[in-house]
Amino acid sequence: MRNARMASVLGLGGLAMLGLAFASKPLYDTFCRVTGFGGTTQIASQAPEAVLARNVVVRFDANVIDAPLVFRPLQTDLPLALGAHGLAFYEVSNVSDQDVTAIASYNVTPHKAGRYFNKLECFCFQEDVIRAGETRRLPVLFFVDPRMDEERNLDDVRTITLSYTFFQTDNFDPAAKTAALN
Amino acid sequence: MPMDEITLDHGHDSHDHKPGFFTRWFLSTNHKDIGTLYLVFALIAGIVGYTLSGLIRWELAQPGIGPLTSIMEMFGAQAGDDAIERAKQFYNVIITYHGLIMIFFMVMPALIGGFGNWFVPLMIGAPDMAFPRMNNISFWLTVAAFALLLLSMFVPGGAGGNGFGGGWVLYPPLSSLKGHPGPAMDLLILSLHTAGIASILGAINFIVTILNMRAPGMTMHKMPLFAWSMLVTAVLLLLALPVLAGALTMLLTDRNFGSQFFDASGGGDPVMFQHLFWFFGHPEVYIMILPAFGIISHIVATFSRKPVFGYLGMAYAMVAIGAIGFIVWAHHMYTVGMPSDMKAYFVAATMVIAVPTGIKIFSWIATMWGGSIDFSVPMVWAIGFIFLFTVGGVTGVVLANAGIDHALHDTYYVVAHFHYVLSLGAVFGLFAGWYYWFEKMFGVKYNNVMAYGHFWLMFIGSNILFFPQHFLGLNGMPRRYVDYADGFAPWHMWSSIGYAVTLVGTLLFFVLLIEAALRRRKAEANPWGEGATTLEWTLPSPPPFHQFNELPVVKAEGGH
Repeated sequence: MRNARMASVLGLGGLAMLGLAFASKPLYDTFCRVTGFGGTTQIASQAPEAVLARNVVVRFDANVIDAPLVFRPLQTDLPLALGAHGLAFYEVSNVSDQDVTAIASYNVTPHKAGRYFNKLECFCFQEDVIRAGETRRLPVLFFVDPRMDEERNLDDVRTITLSYTFFQTDNFDPAAKTAALN
Repeated sequence: MPMDEITLDHGHDSHDHKPGFFTRWFLSTNHKDIGTLYLVFALIAGIVGYTLSGLIRWELAQPGIGPLTSIMEMFGAQAGDDAIERAKQFYNVIITYHGLIMIFFMVMPALIGGFGNWFVPLMIGAPDMAFPRMNNISFWLTVAAFALLLLSMFVPGGAGGNGFGGGWVLYPPLSSLKGHPGPAMDLLILSLHTAGIASILGAINFIVTILNMRAPGMTMHKMPLFAWSMLVTAVLLLLALPVLAGALTMLLTDRNFGSQFFDASGGGDPVMFQHLFWFFGHPEVYIMILPAFGIISHIVATFSRKPVFGYLGMAYAMVAIGAIGFIVWAHHMYTVGMPSDMKAYFVAATMVIAVPTGIKIFSWIATMWGGSIDFSVPMVWAIGFIFLFTVGGVTGVVLANAGIDHALHDTYYVVAHFHYVLSLGAVFGLFAGWYYWFEKMFGVKYNNVMAYGHFWLMFIGSNILFFPQHFLGLNGMPRRYVDYADGFAPWHMWSSIGYAVTLVGTLLFFVLLIEAALRRRKAEANPWGEGATTLEWTLPSPPPFHQFNELPVVKAEGGH
C-alpha cells in the first residue's frame, strides 16, 4: 500500500536521525581532536625541526574535582620558543587511606591554540591508580608547533595556559543517587 | 483556491452517523474529533503554563523573594531561610515547566495537532488523515506525556526541592546526577520521549496525508499555504525530534547506567549536549511558528478579498526557513568559547533566515495593499501577529550578531525576543486561527464585542508585559533570576502590570467561550464571504462527521 510504504520510509528517516544523534559522539570527539576545538591539545610522536625566535609563555594550572587528591604544578610558567621542547612537572598526592583510580582531562586556553599545542609525553593519556598516601611527580613533554606563527588569527597569542583536572573514575555509585536525595 | 470551479457532492450528509460518547472521544479516529481533543488539551495545558507565568510575574513584580516564600511557608517550609531557599528552587522549577508546557503541550498540540488535524484534510479535500488510528495514538501519548511532566513537578528533584529547576534547555551538569539527583529529571526525560514519539508519529501522518491524499487536480503548487506550512513543519519534526530523543537518552544513561556522554571526568563533554539540544531546538522554534505563518496567510488573503501575494514565493520561503533552520543552531551558544571563524559562519547563516522571513512579511503586506480590507476579528489578530512577529524578528537579527550576543546572552533581552516571536507571534497566530475557524469547527458564532475586547487587552497587555524586558536586558538583568537589584524594579513592575492586563483578556476569552456555548447562535457555512476560498468553506459548519466521500475535483488553473 502506497501510504504504508511512504510511512515506513519516513519512519526509517526518523531512525536515521536518531542514529545520527548517537554517531555525533564519536564524530564530535574526532572533530575536537582534529581541529583542536575547545582547546583540545594534539598528540605528537616526533618533535618539529625548526625553532623560531618567537616566544610564548606557557602557564600551568591544576584542578581536582571530587577526589581526595592534592594536585599542583611545580612551576607556574615557562617561557618557550615556538618549536622548542618544554618539560614541566606536576605533583599529585593521595591524602586518603584508600587507593584512588583517577584520570586527568586537559585543555589549553586560548582555545584556538589547541591545534598547535603538542604533547610528546603526558601522564594524562591514561587512567592511573594512585596508592593511599602516595606522592608522585608527573612529567609533561610538549612543544608549540612553529606553524602557529603562520596563522594570523593567533598573532595575539603571548600566553598559553595548560590546564589539567583530575577526576576520580572508580566512584560511580548508583546508591549515591539515593543518598543525595536526603 | 477558487471554489467556483470545484465540484462537490453533499448527498451523503443525511446519514451522518456519530458513535457514542466514549467511542467518539476516547477511541476517536476522526480527524476533526482528534483536532478538537488536541485543542481542548492545549487549552488546559495553556491554563497551567499561563498560571506558572503568573507566578513568575507576581514574584518579579518587586525586588526581594516575597510571594514564593509565602507559598513555601504555606506548604510546610519553616519561616526564614528554609522558606527562602525553597522559594528559590521553586522559582527555577516554575520557569522550567512554564517553558516546557508552553512549547510541548500548548503551542505544538494547538497548532499542529489541533488546527493541523482539523484543517489539513479539509483543505486538501481528503476524507481523513492517512492513518486515523495512529492519529489517536499520537493524541493519547501526548496526554500521557503531559501527565508525566506534571508528576515530575511533584517528586524530588534537587537542591532539596521537588521538580527539575535547570531551565527548559536541560543542560548538564544541572540535569545530570550532580545537579538534580532526584527522579523528577528522569520523569521529565520520559515525558519528553513520549511527547517526541507522539509528535514523530503525527509528523509521519501529516506528510503521508499531504503527499498522497490530495483531491484530484490539487497539485502541490495549488495546495493551500496552511497545508504547505504543515508539510514543512512535519518534516522538521521528523528530522529534529529524534536528535532530541538521542540527547535525552544519553542523559538518561548518564544518570542511571554510568555512561559519561556529558561528564568531563569520563571523557565526555557537556557542550556536546548543547550542540545536540540546539540542533533540535532551533528547528523547534520554526516548528512552532510555521503553522502560524500558514494560518496568517489565509486570514490576510480572506479579509483583503485578494489571493495571497506571491503564492509560490510564500510556499518556498517556508521551505527555505525550514532548511536553513537546521544549520544555524550554534547561535544559541556563542558564549561556549567557539573560534571566531565559526561564530562568523553562524552569524551569517542566521542572518540569511531574515530573507525568506522578510519575503513572508512583505508578501502579507502586499496582499493587504490595494485590498478591500475587512477588519474582522481574525484579521485584527493577524495584523497584530504581523506587527509583533516583526518586532521579535528585528531583535532576532540583533541577537544573531555574536559580538552583541556576548553582552546580551541570557539576559531579559533574549527573553523579550523569544516571547515576541512565540508568546506573541505564535499565540496571536493561534488566536487568529481560533477566531477564523471557530464557527467552522463548533458550528456556533462567538460574540464579536468580546472577541475585539480580548484582542485589545491581549495586544496592549502583552506589549506592556514584554517591551520593557528589552530595557531590562540591555541594562544587564539576567534571565532566570529570582531576585534583582533595585534599579530594575520599575520596568519589572510595568511588566507585571502588563501580565495583569492579559489576565483580564484571558478571563474575557473564557467568558466568550461560555457565552458562545450557552447562546448557540447557528453558524453559516461561510461567514467570511468571497475572500474565503479554501475547501473547508464549501462544507457546512460544523462539517459533516465524514466529508468528501466523493472527492472534490479541483479544476482551476493557477488561481491564487
